[in-house]
Amino acid sequence: MRRGLLPPAILLATLAGLGAAAPQPGVNLDLVLADAPAPRLSDYRLFLDAGADRPNGRVAPYDLVTPLFTDHAEKDRFVFTPHGRRIGYTATGVLDFPAGAVLVKTFAYPADLRRPDHDVRKVETRLLIRKALGWTAQTYVWNAEGTEAVLKRAGARVPVRFTDPGGREVALDYAVPNQNQCKTCHQVEGAVSPIGPKAWNLNHEVAQAGGGRANLLALWSRAGLLEGAPAPEALPRLAAWNDAAQPLEARARAYLDVNCGHCHSPAGSASNSGLFLTADETRPAALGVGKPPVAAGRGSGGLSVAIDPGHPERSILAFRMASGEPGVMMPELGRTLVHEEGVELVQAWISSMPPARRPGD
Amino acid sequence: MSRITVCLAVAAVLASASGAVEAATLVVTPGPDAQERLQTALLDARPGDTVQIAAGRFDLTDGLSLDVDGVTVAGAGPDATVLSFKGQKGAGEGLLITSDRVTVKDLAVEDTRGDGIKSKGADDIRYLNLRVEWTGGPKETNGAYGVYPVSSQRVLIDGVLVRGASDAGVYVGQSRYIIVRNSRAEFNVAGIEIENSMFADVHDNVATRNTAGILVFDLPNLPQMGGHSTRVFRNRIADNDTPNFAPKGNIVASVPNGTGVMVMANRNVHVFDNAISGNQSAGVMLVSYTQAFNDPTYNPLPRDIVVRDNRLGRNGWDPKFPGGPEIAKALGGPLPPLVWDGVRAAGGKPAEVKVRLADGPVLNLNLPGPGQVDAAAPTVSASVIDATFAEPPAVSLEPARP
Repeated sequence: MRRGLLPPAILLATLAGLGAAAPQPGVNLDLVLADAPAPRLSDYRLFLDAGADRPNGRVAPYDLVTPLFTDHAEKDRFVFTPHGRRIGYTATGVLDFPAGAVLVKTFAYPADLRRPDHDVRKVETRLLIRKALGWTAQTYVWNAEGTEAVLKRAGARVPVRFTDPGGREVALDYAVPNQNQCKTCHQVEGAVSPIGPKAWNLNHEVAQAGGGRANLLALWSRAGLLEGAPAPEALPRLAAWNDAAQPLEARARAYLDVNCGHCHSPAGSASNSGLFLTADETRPAALGVGKPPVAAGRGSGGLSVAIDPGHPERSILAFRMASGEPGVMMPELGRTLVHEEGVELVQAWISSMPPARRPGD
Repeated sequence: MSRITVCLAVAAVLASASGAVEAATLVVTPGPDAQERLQTALLDARPGDTVQIAAGRFDLTDGLSLDVDGVTVAGAGPDATVLSFKGQKGAGEGLLITSDRVTVKDLAVEDTRGDGIKSKGADDIRYLNLRVEWTGGPKETNGAYGVYPVSSQRVLIDGVLVRGASDAGVYVGQSRYIIVRNSRAEFNVAGIEIENSMFADVHDNVATRNTAGILVFDLPNLPQMGGHSTRVFRNRIADNDTPNFAPKGNIVASVPNGTGVMVMANRNVHVFDNAISGNQSAGVMLVSYTQAFNDPTYNPLPRDIVVRDNRLGRNGWDPKFPGGPEIAKALGGPLPPLVWDGVRAAGGKPAEVKVRLADGPVLNLNLPGPGQVDAAAPTVSASVIDATFAEPPAVSLEPARP
């Protein structure tokens, strides 16, 4: 996985305005706060170059402890905050971003995932913009040359080819979401909301320029980007889904939280399912243990419950994660491929649960 | 409450500042890029606008969605404007509506990979003169629901035809104030299903050639439980004879072939003035929810149920529910048209169940608890009259005034 493009030392310099010696125009805040989305990504001046590789001043790279799976796309994330504004720390939920903040996420594919910095093709750059009254979501689709990204509100399919970590050739019809589909996942109580930038999912060590590592939130605090955060040792931390040194259950719950919990929560799009997969859910039935499906249709796969403890092969949760078929697969947006490592993690977690007693066993 | 106030305030400001805003009609015609043009119109529409979809066939590759209040989506007729999702590559339904005061009418949705048309948290939704169909006939691989309003208030389904849903043709879940009328459901597993909902009127519909005609259910472990106050009347519920093709695990997969009306775990359901015939398992079945659940607020029993004044034809000649064939054999002929599992109490609370089953004869299985078919002590009586129950008032779809 590619980590932030810029070393944090540069990040700190740009945030402090030290890098602004050259008379570069800053991010176009008027456009950021305008009602209508800009027709081109470059209009916002979030980046200094047409290829969106060099962020402008106050545009800081970041990444997450446990990210969403999106068909193996590499994701480069940045956050912009207007001059004089800071992000407010919150222990739970999304951090309190000020009006004018922009979350930027570029989805890209290297020709060969084993060489992530070579021959990279950008597909889309999604923006979550904190307007005066709330968040809006837009996406910009890149041309084949990677020189310009234009607004695409109604979604698109983009053919993508790459070599996966196992050396296999993969071809897929990458789905760029339409504006409403952005909101389907990015919502809390019907209003658009970011998903990733919560304190516990940002609380990790990142590489620093010149060697060494530092806590991302501590870096943000030091740079004046974030206010109110406690010391790193007092911060909540989400498990890294792919860190085998961490407990299996915590990793599986983190994976489900990030990949499923935005819809499968009482305030999300799948609230009516009664299946709640956020990491703070403690009721076994709400987590799916012994829970029959409600509106799964053929998504049930002929199985009776979301989670049959000890038996991933009898668990609808694992079945739907392992499907690539529309109408069956979960999540139903954001992927066309099966995330095999994610499926294996959730299967291992279900396997580790003590089996329920059942008639006939 | 505060959101409603804000909306009203904004509307008032807009009206006074700019005068009356002309409602626009956004016309979408068939042809290349139909997916993007149609979705763009659904994004561009403003409250009061109509997205007019011209006659013709639209071959769509992804789900469509609408999130703007007060929009009408209209075709040129359910046989003229066809939205085909045969080539659908993603999304859980054909059309998803998540805004209030939307009308969708006069069009067809065909062959979605998941549900046909879904609306969630969409108050004052109206589904009018629609066709939702899986054109290959009943198949387990068809989508679950044809029209699927959920978690909404004031739902109208009028003049809708659904064929081939692998769960329910018309499904209304976790909602309040519902009318389903003048609609036709055929070749689905369940024709029409009202689940975990309050105040529903289901009338003047035809449910035929499904596995089961009309279901009124309540299920545990859902945000809204305790379904009650549904009237099922003046429907024709006939010849439901399609073998159950629901994927296992779904609650309707347990519905016996040839069931007219089934009430499961619900309160104050009135079934009257229907014509019910040609259903091999039973005309009307009242049953408990039999699976394990751990929610103490959930009541698994049907109670305060009224069945009266229905025209009951030939039903129950070849019952397919557990224990049914043995009972039919013991009775030496077809089952009575009304079948009740007879569970009177659950969770140690006795005698909480009362019914008024006036259409007879009634087969009472007298089960000691939900699903305890092995302990059945069947009796047949002309009727079971425990009490009288006031009928729920006709459902009003007028928004409540503060």
